Amino acid sequence: MSRVLIQNFVRFVVLVLLQVFLLKNISLYNLSMPYLYVLFIMLLPLETPNLLLFSLAFLMGIIIDMFYDTPGLHAAASVILAFVRVLFVSITVQRDGFDAEPEPTLGNMGFRWFLTYSTVLILIHHFFLFCLEVFRFSEIQYTLLRFLSSSLFTLFLILITSFLFYRRKER
Amino acid sequence: MRNLLIFISKYNAFFLFLIFEITSLIIYVKYNSFQRATLINSANQVTGALYARASEVSSYVKLKDVNDSLASENARLRGMLNSAYYADTLAKHTVNDTTYKQQYTYIEARVVNNSVTKRNNFITIQKGSKDGIAKGMGVICGSGVVGKVILTSEHFSIIQSFLHKDTQLSAMLADTKDIGSLIWGNDLNPHMGVLKDIPNHVKARVGEWVVTSTYSDLFPAGIPLGKVMNLHAKGGGFFLNMEVNLSVDFAKLEYVYVVNNKLAQERTALETQKPNE
Repeated sequence: MSRVLIQNFVRFVVLVLLQVFLLKNISLYNLSMPYLYVLFIMLLPLETPNLLLFSLAFLMGIIIDMFYDTPGLHAAASVILAFVRVLFVSITVQRDGFDAEPEPTLGNMGFRWFLTYSTVLILIHHFFLFCLEVFRFSEIQYTLLRFLSSSLFTLFLILITSFLFYRRKER
Repeated sequence: MRNLLIFISKYNAFFLFLIFEITSLIIYVKYNSFQRATLINSANQVTGALYARASEVSSYVKLKDVNDSLASENARLRGMLNSAYYADTLAKHTVNDTTYKQQYTYIEARVVNNSVTKRNNFITIQKGSKDGIAKGMGVICGSGVVGKVILTSEHFSIIQSFLHKDTQLSAMLADTKDIGSLIWGNDLNPHMGVLKDIPNHVKARVGEWVVTSTYSDLFPAGIPLGKVMNLHAKGGGFFLNMEVNLSVDFAKLEYVYVVNNKLAQERTALETQKPNE
């Protein structure tokens, strides 16, 4: 139990630092920006109570907002991400087949499940993020382009990170 | 009542989602005007201090570029010194100069946080109200105009960068003195601006300098903004829209100067008094 707490706390801090000091300065052709911090919300244990899940997503978003000077923007997108996560998990995962607090990582869930999971979550998160940020329809083409290329970039980083910390489920 | 509670606990995810989502949207809409955001921005103690630490590292890496730009600015300023001119009259008089009084003073500040990739970009600098910076002052750097101050704390200030959808600068063509306004283009390219509202009959040429106009109360007249690149950007109507290649490289800002216009208060006080027609 305490191992899970420490692990998630460290993941939280590392992802925030990585996001605001490294990834914030990276953009490809001014179109594609990675938001790797969503990985924290995606990897919370499956048994996390909903209240805690939403609070943590909100907290993560608001901290990123402090550094990005966009109060509420990332928080809103992260909460949507948490909601989609709850729906997705309740549809695709059978509750009973688990031992204590499994995390939806690549090693635990298999590549195909993890790829669908991260693609769906990232697409929805980024879509709301970019639409809320621009907040007008006149630049819709450009916004969509930014949204798609950024999603690709984030997905790429998340898959790389998952393979770096890949650990196969012990049976 | 019991059924209602069961209903709520069964779909608790949805209700929690609603609560948190509405909270964050309220924060987003309410604080997006930015002037009232006191806590959630990069001028507060924690984020400001962290950014200051990170910028110490990155400024060391950029020392070469900063040196180059300072050297070139020094050279330009040296050319404006009295000693760079020679007197071609023989008689010399000492004149106690009462005609010229200083209108603008400059406060130098280091950039600790900056972005160019978003739709609305802000810059944080490490000088605040303690150093004499106040809301509404203009900000320039060695190569041109950067933006204006919108929020100050004791040690930090936030600048609304030129790369923001609400920033609009009063600009003029350097040669013909025709006044228009300069905004950031829709394609979010940090090197391009659009000069709009220049009348159709004006003969501008490609490569001409665009500078700040004499109307602005933020900046002295004649601060460079960029060079005209393309004369016929789309969507001008009765006016000429031009694409302008910005002279400031916003991605590489290190040091900026905050402009303190000593007559600004007097001017705005007078202008608010004028009768509404």
